[in-house]
Amino acid sequence: MKRLIIGSWRWLDDRLGISALIGPSLKHLVPHDARWWYVFGSATLLAFIVQVVTGVALAFSYASSSSQAYETLEFITNQAPFGRFLRGMHYFGASAMVLMIGAHMAQTFLFGSYKFPREMNWTTGVLLLAFTLAMGFTGQLLRWDSTATWSVVVAAEQAGRVPLIGNFLAQFILGGTTIGGATLSRFFAIHVFIMPALIFVFIGIHLMLVLRHGIAEPPVAGQEVDPATYRVEYEKRMRKTGHPFWPEGAWRDFVVGTGLIVVIALLAYFVGPPKLDAPPDPSNLIADPKPDWYLLWYFALFALMPPEIEGYVMILGPVIIGILLLAAPMLNNRGERAPSRRPWSIAVVLLSVIMIGSLWIAGNNSPWSPNFDAKPLPEKVVGSTSGPVFEGAKLFHAKGCLNCHLIEQYGGRRGPDLTYIGDTLAESDIVIRIVNGGVNMPAFGNTLKPEELAQITAFLQSRKRSLPPEHRANETASTATNE
Amino acid sequence: MNQVSTDHPLPERPLTPEEITRRRFLEKLCIGLSGLCAAILGIPLVGFVVAPIFRRTTGKWISVGKITDFEVGKTVSVTVTDPSSLPWAGITANSALWLRRVNDAEFIAFSVNCTHLGCPVRWLQDADLFMCPCHGGVYYNDGTVAAGPPPKPLIRYDVRTANGQVEIKTMAIPITTTL
Repeated sequence: MKRLIIGSWRWLDDRLGISALIGPSLKHLVPHDARWWYVFGSATLLAFIVQVVTGVALAFSYASSSSQAYETLEFITNQAPFGRFLRGMHYFGASAMVLMIGAHMAQTFLFGSYKFPREMNWTTGVLLLAFTLAMGFTGQLLRWDSTATWSVVVAAEQAGRVPLIGNFLAQFILGGTTIGGATLSRFFAIHVFIMPALIFVFIGIHLMLVLRHGIAEPPVAGQEVDPATYRVEYEKRMRKTGHPFWPEGAWRDFVVGTGLIVVIALLAYFVGPPKLDAPPDPSNLIADPKPDWYLLWYFALFALMPPEIEGYVMILGPVIIGILLLAAPMLNNRGERAPSRRPWSIAVVLLSVIMIGSLWIAGNNSPWSPNFDAKPLPEKVVGSTSGPVFEGAKLFHAKGCLNCHLIEQYGGRRGPDLTYIGDTLAESDIVIRIVNGGVNMPAFGNTLKPEELAQITAFLQSRKRSLPPEHRANETASTATNE
Repeated sequence: MNQVSTDHPLPERPLTPEEITRRRFLEKLCIGLSGLCAAILGIPLVGFVVAPIFRRTTGKWISVGKITDFEVGKTVSVTVTDPSSLPWAGITANSALWLRRVNDAEFIAFSVNCTHLGCPVRWLQDADLFMCPCHGGVYYNDGTVAAGPPPKPLIRYDVRTANGQVEIKTMAIPITTTL
């Protein structure tokens, strides 16, 4: 039996040329000290394979029709055997792919591996990052719930800011002038055919370049890259100390890859896929569209930057970042590779992580969004059940003030916390702010009656650190009487 | 297992001028035919994919309810269905607008899309304000910007009354452009 199998394999291998084709690739020499820092590229590839496998499986039941996609996703999630698990794998696989490509990029940058002769390895990697993010965004839209449809509108609005051709781009994204039958199928085609095809092609080129130029060794301080001599020296070092990729170099990739798949599977099983929002009815206005976590930082940026520069940043920001990333190896492709001799590279990576992380936290909390679920303030906070303070507290909720202002952890965080505003602003100041509005605050002068204004002012004046809630109403009332 | 070379080197004798000419001609022929094939496939592909960019839809007047359905001073959301939607659009053919009855004769219809990034603004009746959940844009009851990042007032639909009905003219999702 064993002889039969071996004989069959040899016959097939001779006719198909499998060993001749992939043998040299598997046996190419890699640096002996390329260890755990070098697993992120293969982990990214594995995450992509997870995406392909789970994506193909999901496509067996997913209908890319604007009127049916939501129902098919409900079926996949709630009824189809393994459907919830596969959706979870696809979601966490996407997250893993973004994380791993980020880690791979940071490691490549820190190790100076983008320098001669691997400039195009880096450039193709940057394009793969862009395709991965595009896959993430289009994949979120295929969820085709209320958040997805509104996210399409947000994407169209952003594209609309591109000078001259903005309107055309927006229509291209929408598949017309409104959300409708043509919208989803466009994103389906992009997500399932165009982007994966591009990723396959560029992964092929990326791997071919890895084989052509070899894997960069861990950097050594003082060992500079000189394009005139690098290739000869690298070949010499590989012949002397390198070992074959299979299996000496590859086993760590398999260990980390297995761990990655186990983590993705555990998360898919225990946490599950993201919940579907309401059906994709654009007339449902109770929607709060936010991108998935890997683009949340970008979403947060538009709430925090000054509106005057927003239009420029929206268009020029991604263009400049893209050009800088693509051009990085052209700007500096020789010299030291060691991060200890390139401290600015550590600073760039750290600052990028801090910036994206901070914006991500801000986007997650979204303090700039009004709190539409703000409930009327409870009695223990108001400190009164009748009188101007009590009425003012009711108005403070009814007039939408509580949507944006915080009173003792109740309300929104869009505007300043007014828990102790009575300590800092006098009555006249409060009245002026309410009537005229201010930075990021509407003017209520035309909508409040004089008695309503007085009641809200009384309520705000009663917000003092020194006064316990039960004394606030009396204090404010006696102040009003004395005046 | 014997390894058989698959390389087939060119003959070492010099090529004749006829052979060179023929070879050049065949190279150009193949490249030209490839271009033709790409054009045959590519032109309809690109045309098909970018067609929505050039599709012009004209607004249509549609009724959103009887005049008497709307109270003076109130702003309410009204659902409309795109009359030119594709048959498989389903509920995505729906859209909403905010309709305000200013007085007995005057109506204002606002797009629900925030002019900042298109998110759906909500109307707070008691506060007399529109608020956007995404980045905190706020508008007064006439659609002018009250606070936050929106660069422009809410876009208005054309509204008219006819035969006891309030009618609005459908329009594209308003896109805020820079130029």
